[in-house]
Amino acid sequence: MQDSGFRKNRLGLMGWLSGGRYGVERYAYTLHRLTGLAILVYFLLHVFVSSSRALGEGTWNTVMGYLDSPVFKVGEFLIYLAFAYHALNGIRLVATELGFFLGTPRQPVFPYSNSVKRQRPVLVVVMVVAAVIVILGGVDFLRAFPGE
Amino acid sequence: MIEPAGPKQGEKTDEIVKNVKFKVLRFDRDTTPSPRVDSFEVPVKKGTTVLDALHYIKENLDASLSWRFSCRMGVCGSCGMFINGFPRLACNTQVLELKADVIDLKPLPNFDTIKDLVPDLAVLFEKHRSVRPFTLRKDMAEVDKPSGEFFQSTEEMERYLQFTYCIKCGLCMAACPTVATDAKYLGPQSLTQAHRYNVDTRDEGRTERKDVALGPHGAFRCHFAGACSEACPKGVDPAFAIQLMKRDAFKGSLGLLRKRKASEVAPKLTSGKRMEGVPDAPERTV
Amino acid sequence: MRTRESTLWTWHLIAGVLILVLLGIHMFIMHLGDFFGTVEGDALAFSSVMERSRDAAFAVMYVLLLGAALYHGLYGLRTIIFELNIPEGAERVITVLFVLAGVALFLMGAYGTIAVYGARVGV
Repeated sequence: MQDSGFRKNRLGLMGWLSGGRYGVERYAYTLHRLTGLAILVYFLLHVFVSSSRALGEGTWNTVMGYLDSPVFKVGEFLIYLAFAYHALNGIRLVATELGFFLGTPRQPVFPYSNSVKRQRPVLVVVMVVAAVIVILGGVDFLRAFPGE
Repeated sequence: MIEPAGPKQGEKTDEIVKNVKFKVLRFDRDTTPSPRVDSFEVPVKKGTTVLDALHYIKENLDASLSWRFSCRMGVCGSCGMFINGFPRLACNTQVLELKADVIDLKPLPNFDTIKDLVPDLAVLFEKHRSVRPFTLRKDMAEVDKPSGEFFQSTEEMERYLQFTYCIKCGLCMAACPTVATDAKYLGPQSLTQAHRYNVDTRDEGRTERKDVALGPHGAFRCHFAGACSEACPKGVDPAFAIQLMKRDAFKGSLGLLRKRKASEVAPKLTSGKRMEGVPDAPERTV
Repeated sequence: MRTRESTLWTWHLIAGVLILVLLGIHMFIMHLGDFFGTVEGDALAFSSVMERSRDAAFAVMYVLLLGAALYHGLYGLRTIIFELNIPEGAERVITVLFVLAGVALFLMGAYGTIAVYGARVGV
């Protein structure tokens, strides 16, 4: 096929991160993906770690001892943060992708309202709840560092 | 109350408010195969649009600058480009409302660039065609040679009316993060049109569209980033249409989607008398 | 009125909601135990872990959570990969690979849970 000579102008992965001056939902989407990937990686390791209980108390304690270092504790907290965001934003996505909180189709009259603007309060609410979950979990994690 | 952007009563309209620098990305496969940015100083008056500025540049500064335009009033969808980091129609964008002294003009992203600010929209039209954006009925004979109007109530029309306002400008495709990476993704424009016909009571083509619209590069690759609705210059709200389509798909997956009856041809009047002095209808041309 | 993709996506949502509930319970036990009095002492101590593993309700919950999370996570990863312009034939291959990986991980994790539930490990 003859090359048209036109310049390729697809944004590629940069289009997920930036791509222009858009509203917060576009970046909420990127963060949802990042947190999802992080949780997936953690989860796959977690299945292996958790299954070590079947190998007896000795193995379990060895594994737990290995994971007791501050690096792992901080990492686990980061995953906890990721979970809080992903779960709460996920609630918003399940609701809105099934058509809730989006309003009804209507004649467009300038200045246009749109479903994304109409569902923004839902985003605010879920982020507030996520923040509460993060604070509660944060207090618990801090207990793992006595005296620090 | 929206203040109109133009001049007020008695206001002088010919005054140059300021000079604005336009930085335009240039490309030409023969003369400028490696893109470069050209700067132009344009005097801007109240009411000058980006399209006006481009005309000024072409007429006074650089006649080789290329872009698409037609109606100059926001209904044809030709002049879509990336203006200061956001996809807009050049004719619909007042330079002074951008509140900047430097304006970055780039061709619409996620489409190949033919030259300078001209995007290749062929892919947009191909994807649009692939969702079969026309009335599909079991009795296509009625659609091709109609015997009368299809009955449709105002409520039924309002379920899809908003989505008919699409002018195929491609701004939504430029905004969408999935279109940015996935070349096969149908994109907000065609998915909205698929939904527009699916909920039109005159249409019975939902099943015929589903393999494309609900396939591996259809509606489920939308993640409600909402940038398409933000960018749309006509208030079509494509994100809304896609989420509504996903709702129907969800119900369909669980067997909960009610099959609706397609609208019928409105019955001809069988009684009543023509009023005095009202002429006959003209002969059919179709 | 369904396609394969619409069915897969529907299950993705259902799995997500299931995870919300089950993982929420898991969080209450593992990280919020002191606050809400759901767990006594260290939730990670072997004895505590075993106590829960012996409980039929917990075993069922963990197996369900494992299945839902594996499905939800792998479908999500498949979606990301599908949006990165992979060649035509690769789509089928990826789907099959993920199904195999998911089933394998599920069997492994479920075995771990059920074996402990049934056996006298660590007693």
